[in-house]
Amino acid sequence: MSRRALRTFYNLLALALSGLATAIGLFFLGAILWTLIRNGIGGMSFSVFTQMTPPPGSSGGLLNAIYGSIVMTLIGILIGGPVGMLAGTYLAEYGRSSRLSMVIRFVNDVLLSAPSIIIGLFVYELLVIRMGHFSAIAGAVALAIIAIPVTVRTTEDMLNLVPQGMKDASTAMGAYPWRTITSVIYPAARSGIVTGLLLAIARISGETAPLLFTALNNQFWSSDLGAPMANLPVVIFQFALSPYPNWQHLAWSGALLITLTILVLSVAARIVVSSLAQGGKR
Amino acid sequence: MNPVPVIAPAQAAGQRLREALFRGATFAAALLVLLLLGGVAISLAVGSWPAFAHFKFAFLAREIWNPVTDEYGALAPVFGTLVTSLLALLLAIPVSLGIAIFLTELAPAWLRRPVGTAIELLAAVPSIIFGIWGLFVLAPVLQRHVQPWLIDVLGPLPLVGKLFQGPPFGIGVLTASFVLAIMVIPFISAVMRDVFETVPDVLKESGYGLGATTWEVIWQVVVPYSRTGMIGGIMLGMGRALGETMAVTFVIGNAHRIGSSLLAPGTTISASIANEFTEAVGDLYTSSLIALGALLFLITFTVIAAARFMLLRLDRRALSSV
Repeated sequence: MSRRALRTFYNLLALALSGLATAIGLFFLGAILWTLIRNGIGGMSFSVFTQMTPPPGSSGGLLNAIYGSIVMTLIGILIGGPVGMLAGTYLAEYGRSSRLSMVIRFVNDVLLSAPSIIIGLFVYELLVIRMGHFSAIAGAVALAIIAIPVTVRTTEDMLNLVPQGMKDASTAMGAYPWRTITSVIYPAARSGIVTGLLLAIARISGETAPLLFTALNNQFWSSDLGAPMANLPVVIFQFALSPYPNWQHLAWSGALLITLTILVLSVAARIVVSSLAQGGKR
Repeated sequence: MNPVPVIAPAQAAGQRLREALFRGATFAAALLVLLLLGGVAISLAVGSWPAFAHFKFAFLAREIWNPVTDEYGALAPVFGTLVTSLLALLLAIPVSLGIAIFLTELAPAWLRRPVGTAIELLAAVPSIIFGIWGLFVLAPVLQRHVQPWLIDVLGPLPLVGKLFQGPPFGIGVLTASFVLAIMVIPFISAVMRDVFETVPDVLKESGYGLGATTWEVIWQVVVPYSRTGMIGGIMLGMGRALGETMAVTFVIGNAHRIGSSLLAPGTTISASIANEFTEAVGDLYTSSLIALGALLFLITFTVIAAARFMLLRLDRRALSSV
């Protein structure tokens, strides 16, 4: 084979392999979704949303777990969202290039990738031991701590997208920075910040490890924030590994439910971001 | 000439007060981020103290893990964590590189967004989903079709053969690594894609101008230019793999032992904690599990910090998806 033909051959081979790699990645996404739909759709009945988690062998639903997940995710984002937004605001507007901000940015990036089970251990030491028992509020705090770095990062990025001219115009009118931030910068970056919150919700609503030893689980309906509370991820974990077919069916239904929710949130966030990038760039 | 409008002193004072309050609130929130990391480190140190005080350095060096006699050593979980993560990277790096090349150099423009988004969605799937998928779908497939082949073909070989001996359990170190690989592919490929996009077009065009093929431009221009960022992305993926809990807990088999075979069950730090923490009775047992957590924190912190350091050069916005 001539040298030229050999080079062309290597080129085609490498490009074909990279296409194959992409196909492999897409295949696994498809395989997981297909498994979830095939195993989960059969159990997706009305009772999933209206009945409590059953004892082994009898029928039931996931109502208490769905409720618990929603409550803890909401409290988590209500604590973590504002804190993350304020911290992101500091990094983007007040701190900008100070050395402290560099350190905070770095620490935030580390927290962003830190294992969530470590956060669970931290909250266990911080709250569960002091209170003496597992509780929904401890679970919500663990989720909040996971939501904070996500929100800090997206808020800072989105505030940085706001044109400097707008900020300068507001400052030139004699507005204090807080006025500029709340009346000019926040409205301009609103959809971006909402995206960040959506991504944070998507991230924490599937978290299992930090809930294992904070909120634990609860076989029954509970709306007491000071007591253990059922939640979808831990119920899926417990039911999937159980030997009882009815529990396993519910685990698949719960898995389908939670994955669809998260995928919808993620896609929605991306749509907001892309419309923002197209409108905001030029 | 009109008089210049003057703000009443009281109003100005009110504005200054609000400015101080708002600035203070943002600053406090920013400090909280620092405090969180500090708090995590301190609480792990305090919680693991009894275990380290009791076992001294032997905790790090012993394989034993026996709740009955209250004797614990971290060697097996640490070993399992490192082996599964490294093996996962070995599987994930070529695929991630291929995806990044496909998305930046090969795919037509209309295909880039949807394919890129689909790969990113793989990262959004919660780890517990990977866990049940790994246990109920992947493990049986590996047990029936892949592991017997590995045992027959690679098992008798010298040296490497040791890695592929024993019965095909389905679950075990290899399966855990496989699931981890699928989970870190979207992270590594997203970073690599972003790094590749920072390569100046002029460099690539120079390559093409000299008559290089697409592959030659990628391998001899794009990759060398992005080397630091690529390693950063790989280490970021490794940070994910090291701390990944639920997916591994489902498929690793949870055996506190160090086996030479990749097909045998093992355990990792996070899987041990997830499995045993709520059932741990006795202070020493709990403290030993928290000590495992502290080790995990040290390992991941080092890896992630190094990764972020290497990625500092990269435009921060490009990384926001990770």
